[in-house]
Amino acid sequence: MSAVIDSHAATGHDHHHGPAKGLSRWLLTTNHKDIGSMYLWFSFAMFLLGGSMAMVIRAELFQPGLQIVQPEFFNQMTTMHGLIMVFGAVMPAFVGLANWMIPLMIGAPDMALPRMNNFSFWLLPAAFGLLVSTLFMEGGGPNFGWTFYAPLSTTYAPESVTFFILAVHLMGISSIMGAINVVATILNLRAPGMTLMKMPLFVWTWLITGFLLIAVMPVLAGVVTMMLMDIHFGTSFFSAAGGGDPVLFQHVFWFFGHPEVYIMILPAFGAVSAIIPAFSRKPLFGYTSMVYATAAIAFLSFIVWAHHMFTVGIPLTGELFFMYATMLIAVPTGVKVFNWVSTMWQGSMTFEAPMLFSVAFVILFTIGGFSGLMLAIAPADFQYHDTYFVVAHFHYVLVPGAIFGIFASAYYWLPKWTGHMYDETLAKLHFWMSFVGMNLAFFPMHFVGLAGMPRRIPDYNMMFANFNMVSSIGAFMFGVTQLLFLFIVIKCILGGRPASAKPWDGAEGLEWSVPSPAPYHTFSTPPDMTDEHEHRAGPSHG
Amino acid sequence: MTNHEQYYVPAQSKWPIIATLGLLITFYGLGSWLNDLKAGRDESSGPLIFFVGALFVAYMLFGWFGNVVKESRTGLYSPQMDRSFRWGMTWFIFSEVMFFTAFFGALFYIRYWAGPWLGGEGDKGIANMLWPGFEYTWPMLDTPDPKQFPAPSGVISAWGLPLINTILLVTSSFTLTFAHHALRKDKRGPLKLWLALTVLLGAAFLVLQIEEYIHAYTELGLTLGSGIYGATFFMLTGFHGAHVTIGALILTVMLVRVLRGHFTGEQHFGFEAAAWYWHFVDVVWLMLFVFVYVL
Repeated sequence: MSAVIDSHAATGHDHHHGPAKGLSRWLLTTNHKDIGSMYLWFSFAMFLLGGSMAMVIRAELFQPGLQIVQPEFFNQMTTMHGLIMVFGAVMPAFVGLANWMIPLMIGAPDMALPRMNNFSFWLLPAAFGLLVSTLFMEGGGPNFGWTFYAPLSTTYAPESVTFFILAVHLMGISSIMGAINVVATILNLRAPGMTLMKMPLFVWTWLITGFLLIAVMPVLAGVVTMMLMDIHFGTSFFSAAGGGDPVLFQHVFWFFGHPEVYIMILPAFGAVSAIIPAFSRKPLFGYTSMVYATAAIAFLSFIVWAHHMFTVGIPLTGELFFMYATMLIAVPTGVKVFNWVSTMWQGSMTFEAPMLFSVAFVILFTIGGFSGLMLAIAPADFQYHDTYFVVAHFHYVLVPGAIFGIFASAYYWLPKWTGHMYDETLAKLHFWMSFVGMNLAFFPMHFVGLAGMPRRIPDYNMMFANFNMVSSIGAFMFGVTQLLFLFIVIKCILGGRPASAKPWDGAEGLEWSVPSPAPYHTFSTPPDMTDEHEHRAGPSHG
Repeated sequence: MTNHEQYYVPAQSKWPIIATLGLLITFYGLGSWLNDLKAGRDESSGPLIFFVGALFVAYMLFGWFGNVVKESRTGLYSPQMDRSFRWGMTWFIFSEVMFFTAFFGALFYIRYWAGPWLGGEGDKGIANMLWPGFEYTWPMLDTPDPKQFPAPSGVISAWGLPLINTILLVTSSFTLTFAHHALRKDKRGPLKLWLALTVLLGAAFLVLQIEEYIHAYTELGLTLGSGIYGATFFMLTGFHGAHVTIGALILTVMLVRVLRGHFTGEQHFGFEAAAWYWHFVDVVWLMLFVFVYVL
């Protein structure tokens, strides 16, 4: 395999190859754009798979009583829906965006470690193949919820839990290597003169996300390893009979799990911080405070994990500490929302699809943030815990938060990826259908949750029937609409109005300095950024 | 900034996909093996699949790292590429630190909160109602349910083998540093000697660790299944031992490369990365010695 030594690239000559032909292009690639595209397509496939599981859940919950699936299968659906959406849809989508955009944004020829980059991607289909195959194993797939609390996931788990654990290990290896690559790229491959405070916010938020990933994915690996040991090697980490503690599982899991939720939202913050200025035709308000707010959120994410465990029985001191620490997160998050709104203030705004998704992001994510504040109040959480209110909360931060952030990014950068403009009318339709569907699906969950409807149960009290029917109709609407998104993207790849290098007149950043579609190799010689302003937002603060 | 203009972007490579297949096969085999063992099924295809996968992984490791070594020696790597490797290794070690943090965290949580609560002390002492009369001590020589988790009759004293092991590992960190200094000054003779000595010290550590495990299992009844003390003890020392094994293998590869005349006084990041890893493993041991054996 010494043939992989590319003498052209090695000697710095500029005659580049295009992509290889056929399947080997994708299997063997080291190109950040190819790998980014594979991540994005994989993510979308998982989004549809996890989404169809959500459709099963909502179909069963359309009416009270058991109609369509057995409770055992319902449990597998809720579990797999969560796992697939978190690890298969949202995280890979952001890694795909990072792969595509970070080298373009910082003027780098590729990612820092291109072969490892391909390894990180291909581990994902392997991991999810293994995970999804558990559904067809004897005893069924994981049925203990995506948080897989012990002893449900140890003593009482189906046999397939072993493969679930190993699949999580594969995902973890993928995420850690992917994050190391992103961080090394940002720290080492910036164009000359691009100081840290000149970086676009998407790059900043990904630098911090990468740090979070490297810090907590190993902790997830640790907790599933302890499960594996308890199941197969007779240890008693999560069994009080041997001196262990099931609550230990929850501590270790949520030490991973809370930073994880910021892993799923920080890159969306970064993307929206590029899109809102572009369509407001104003520089981003408060660039520096955005950077510090992101760092503050990341720091706080490490000291709030037990707010997921208020009802499990932790000492009063713990309840108070975690309650106040959690509330503190509202401060840097508030700074961000304030900055986005101030960026729009008096801007000459237009509402193309990326902007529609971004504005909806700001409003709806804030709603999710507020319900998060309600949940942070320990005594009140005793009422909300394990109800649909929690489901409403995290779907409000994940769907119009993470997913809308991804849609906004996709529409914003599709012209750069494909060289064509997408169909704006259809994209607006996609937005409004998603917006209405998602609010119909998740807003009523606040009400049924406050009234006490428990989550993860296939049946419910008659009094919740109407709201659940509304939820299901909204969910079906949101689900079907995503096929429209697939159609829009394919249509955009196949043709459409040719996109200029910079199709958005208010957009800024190095990615718009290369042609659309971006050539297979870009920035083999880095651009010089020395004369750029410290940050473009600098002069027009306020 | 001339070094920016020669960043090496490798052409297509087969190693990532081989690595993926290797890991997938290994993991699938391991999972089948464990499940068949637990269910008491006599015939299992698990071990075979596992070892086939492991062969794949081994082939990939030789091929991929061999490839990188070849590229490095061909002079394809610029100083900027070198920095990418340094950042990569730094963050990898940080991820390893966090992996051990999870297990140390579990140990501290049990010792300072969950254990005492189970014994009836502290804020959540109500947990004692599960096994009334259970008294918490550390080392836990009495488990709440001895039928399910028979307690050990004793634990490993810090001042026997563990102390010797501490001396061995700390010494090996010094000998490795001497080797590094020798490499920097291009003194190949002392380099070989110190590096070989480091590998030997690592191997000696592992032999003693195995001896300690045998002692624990056969004479003390201290096993993975002997309650939370055994669980945390073997988890922490076992993962550390696995890391020493990997570190010793990496250093052996470095020794082979040194014997073949690789590395110069200026360019030897492979060696440095191995050294970083070894020092990291050493620091983890010091933590283990204090928190698992002494305290």
